[in-house]
Amino acid sequence: MTNGWTDIANADVIVAMGGNPAENHPVGFRFVMEAKRKRNAKLVCVDPRFNRTAAVADHFVQIRTGTDIAFLNGLINYALQNGRYHEEYIKYYTNAPFIVKEGYEFDEKEGVFSGWDESKKAYVDKSTWDYERDEQGYARVDLTLQHPRCVFQLMKKFFARYTPEVVAQICGCSKEDFLKAADIITSTYKPDKAATFLYALGWTHHSHSVQLIHAAAMLQLLLGNVGVAGGGVNALRGHANIQGGTDCGMAYHNTAGYIPIPKAAHQSLKAYLEAHTPKPLRPNAMNFWQYLDRFFVSQLKAFYGDHATRDNDFGYHLHPKLPEDPQTGQPENWSWAFIFDHMHQGKMEGFISFGMNPVNNGPHSRKVIAALAKLKWLVVAETFPTETANFWKPEILQLVGLKPQDVQTEVFLLPAANFAEKDGTFTNSGRWIQWKWKAIDPPGEAKPDQEIIARLFLKVRELYQKEGGKFPDPILALNWWYTNPTNPSLEEVLKEINGWALTDVPDEKDPTKVVLKAGDQLSAFLQLRADGSTLSGNWLYIGVYTNAGNNAQRRSTEDPTGMGFFHHWSFNWPANRRIMYNRCSADPQGRPWDPSRPVLVWKNGKWVGDVPDYKADAPPEAVTTGLGPFIMLPEGVARLFVPGQFADGPFPEFYEPLESPVKNVLHPSHSSNPVAVVFKTTRYDRLGTPDEGYDIACTTYRLTEHFHYWTKNNPYNVQLQNEFFIEVPEELAQKKGIKNGDMVRVISARGEVRGRAMVTKRIRPMIVNGRTVYQIGMPIHWGFLGRGKQEGGLANILTPTVLDPNSFAPEYKGFLVKLEKA
Amino acid sequence: MELTRRSFLKLGLQLGAGGALVKAFGFDVRPALAQTRTLKIDRTTETRSICPYCSVSCSVIIHTLGDKAHNVTGTTVVHVEGDPDSPINRGTLCPKGITLKQNIVNDLRLTKVLYRAPGSDRWEEKSWDWAIEQIARRIKDTRDRHLIEQDHKGRIVHALTAIGVIGGCTDTNENNYLITKAFRAGLGIIPLEQQSRI
Repeated sequence: MTNGWTDIANADVIVAMGGNPAENHPVGFRFVMEAKRKRNAKLVCVDPRFNRTAAVADHFVQIRTGTDIAFLNGLINYALQNGRYHEEYIKYYTNAPFIVKEGYEFDEKEGVFSGWDESKKAYVDKSTWDYERDEQGYARVDLTLQHPRCVFQLMKKFFARYTPEVVAQICGCSKEDFLKAADIITSTYKPDKAATFLYALGWTHHSHSVQLIHAAAMLQLLLGNVGVAGGGVNALRGHANIQGGTDCGMAYHNTAGYIPIPKAAHQSLKAYLEAHTPKPLRPNAMNFWQYLDRFFVSQLKAFYGDHATRDNDFGYHLHPKLPEDPQTGQPENWSWAFIFDHMHQGKMEGFISFGMNPVNNGPHSRKVIAALAKLKWLVVAETFPTETANFWKPEILQLVGLKPQDVQTEVFLLPAANFAEKDGTFTNSGRWIQWKWKAIDPPGEAKPDQEIIARLFLKVRELYQKEGGKFPDPILALNWWYTNPTNPSLEEVLKEINGWALTDVPDEKDPTKVVLKAGDQLSAFLQLRADGSTLSGNWLYIGVYTNAGNNAQRRSTEDPTGMGFFHHWSFNWPANRRIMYNRCSADPQGRPWDPSRPVLVWKNGKWVGDVPDYKADAPPEAVTTGLGPFIMLPEGVARLFVPGQFADGPFPEFYEPLESPVKNVLHPSHSSNPVAVVFKTTRYDRLGTPDEGYDIACTTYRLTEHFHYWTKNNPYNVQLQNEFFIEVPEELAQKKGIKNGDMVRVISARGEVRGRAMVTKRIRPMIVNGRTVYQIGMPIHWGFLGRGKQEGGLANILTPTVLDPNSFAPEYKGFLVKLEKA
Repeated sequence: MELTRRSFLKLGLQLGAGGALVKAFGFDVRPALAQTRTLKIDRTTETRSICPYCSVSCSVIIHTLGDKAHNVTGTTVVHVEGDPDSPINRGTLCPKGITLKQNIVNDLRLTKVLYRAPGSDRWEEKSWDWAIEQIARRIKDTRDRHLIEQDHKGRIVHALTAIGVIGGCTDTNENNYLITKAFRAGLGIIPLEQQSRI
């Protein structure tokens, strides 16, 4: 989230799209209802189903699953055509005035950008997806927004195709419903109005998910809705600490704090830093990633302690580097779906899962089961029995035609402590890092994860100390300083994540002064040094544990401004800032666009209000001379046009899902994302087509009574929703002779599920490009183990392993199925 | 008298059930009544925690029997409720949060180390020491066999891709950090993922 849960109450318009917050984030949804009650805010819900959010919306539009980009692009076009954009905002706070290189093109007939090679089916040259540069290497801009190749003019041309008629044709909604939504949403282009976008997995689960969110961000920027109270692009996220896991390095390509993992090509710290430290694209841009050396060296000090010295590149050579794939010449990909693909190909021996259930929660359950059966050993630490730990049981293994005696995988199932039995912090989707206290000991012999991690690591270290082995250096060097090494105190770990000074740290402007004494906890990013004198596990969390103590434990409910900031409740990364990009909440002269909702005000030579996302002592006018409000980007301003970063283009183009009932009406030759990841490595990697009879679009979702695959163990939740079901539109049910409550089968090219039909008016058939398209939907939450009726209802048996080329998120939403009476 | 939330509730019960009963029975039944009507959470210890489900992060109060002294054994969770202090949930919870007690105290919880041997069709109970030793041995053997020292161009990588580690969506930041530190920075494991991508 750019903003936070409490800030939603400040919105004038709330757009719920790609998420169903009334159902899935019901307590957070209170702030939507508060905005409606107190500000007369309008709620617009756009979804394939008339869902619980739609039930309280002021306007609902049903669209076909997987067509959100067409809808958003239509909104962008509507804003541009009708002058409903915030001109001063986009001039100074976005790259609308930046001039794009000559040679950049979009082929409207083929649906591909310049640099596409049809024979290789790849973008072989992305050099035109960039800005024109001046002699000093800075991007050229035209503040009049008139240059034919400035981003603003290119946008007008690109989005002109997305007329209300085309949107209706693609999405299957009526033109009138679209126009009403467009009118409500774009009304917030006025400086004193704000709309917030709330999205979740309904947007991220597509083969074009990153561009989908890019489109939403572009619209919000055009409307001047980013960085303001009640605005932003807000990922609601699905799990208690998924944000924290992402922040703390639980991804193959990043270490904690979004620091890129070292790659084979970077054989020294110097080469690594040169490759990853951006150069400013505007004079005076803050370009905060210029401090990558401080972030990374301090992290290496946290990892390797005294073994990280200036002489050994601060332990850079102890850290693993991502190998290069000899076939593609690119760094290897070890993201989720690739892991199971590699596993299926026999490239992995062992696997350790802490509280994860990939048989259920990953796409394409059968491929996952078949992959697990190829492992030598599997370790699962869990609170309840899971399908993953029990994948070798006959009832699960029959999905891949195997029997227990065929499977040589050893399985270790370790009983783990749950949330109430451990302390430590969760980071919510609003970036609030909150401490929880331990209430009770785990049952029986169950143990907390920190003890399992520590004991495993220390036992492996012991083996290397005794026996030697391959490259034991990082194992022996690892800085395991905790008072109780086999069960580290999480307070100590949080202290390390925040970091401290190892020696006295002098002031950079005045070396006679000392900023920090040795042993002081860090309290600001720029106290970090790249010379080994500071240690910090995650630079982004600096401030969470200072000399004042554990700030994640703060519980003051004071809110003096009434804006819902609650600066003394927990700690909000970065720097306890509640609204990201908040310099954008004020005009170039430093006056809030909306004086009734000030986020930052320039008073007596400093910014007051929220913690400024800006140089604290920079006067307001600096924003017109290059010190832009997006301090992390080398441009200093937000990217409407995204130079070179994405795999599939600098602007968001609409592509159909990989499995779609219809061809893309804009460019049938490239109907779906031409660079989406599609596996062809195993016999399980199959896609269905309408010609083979897979002609119904299907989507999956959650129910408010259940949480993922956990509450199927909870007797109360199982009573509230006790059986898997499939939502079938009335018209389709009639056509197939299905009555409410009948057992039905849903079949995709990957497998089939069985459940009761819930015949409903909530999903209407749609007319798409002149023909009737049916959609059905089904909840996740069921599997093989747990209370109540299980078996037959594991939704991910149907989903494909097709991935977005940027995030590598699978396309769980919008795949093709057949429906039959069972 | 300082009026806390709990004493306010108790006061309400006493006022509601007081004087009339003295007259009806001829003696004061209030002590006996207090015994039967004491709040379930009256003798509990309150611990501030966070709901482990979605990412709104509602604060909850977990009520356990006893005072957390080391000699208190056999304690259990008797109630979980929303924390009225939290600016996020202000005491409210959803249908999942409100049933957290049944998630914590649940007879399906795993309480023993279990092992499934190659080709076997059943679990066997094992000890922690045995499991840690066995798993550490597997990790070391796999690492020694498969650690990639150089990539195909002869560049040093010291990367281990034959072992994968996933986890963390309901684990704390500290545990996530420990996983990345021990398994990636220490053992060199590259495939390290969590729920965020899926």
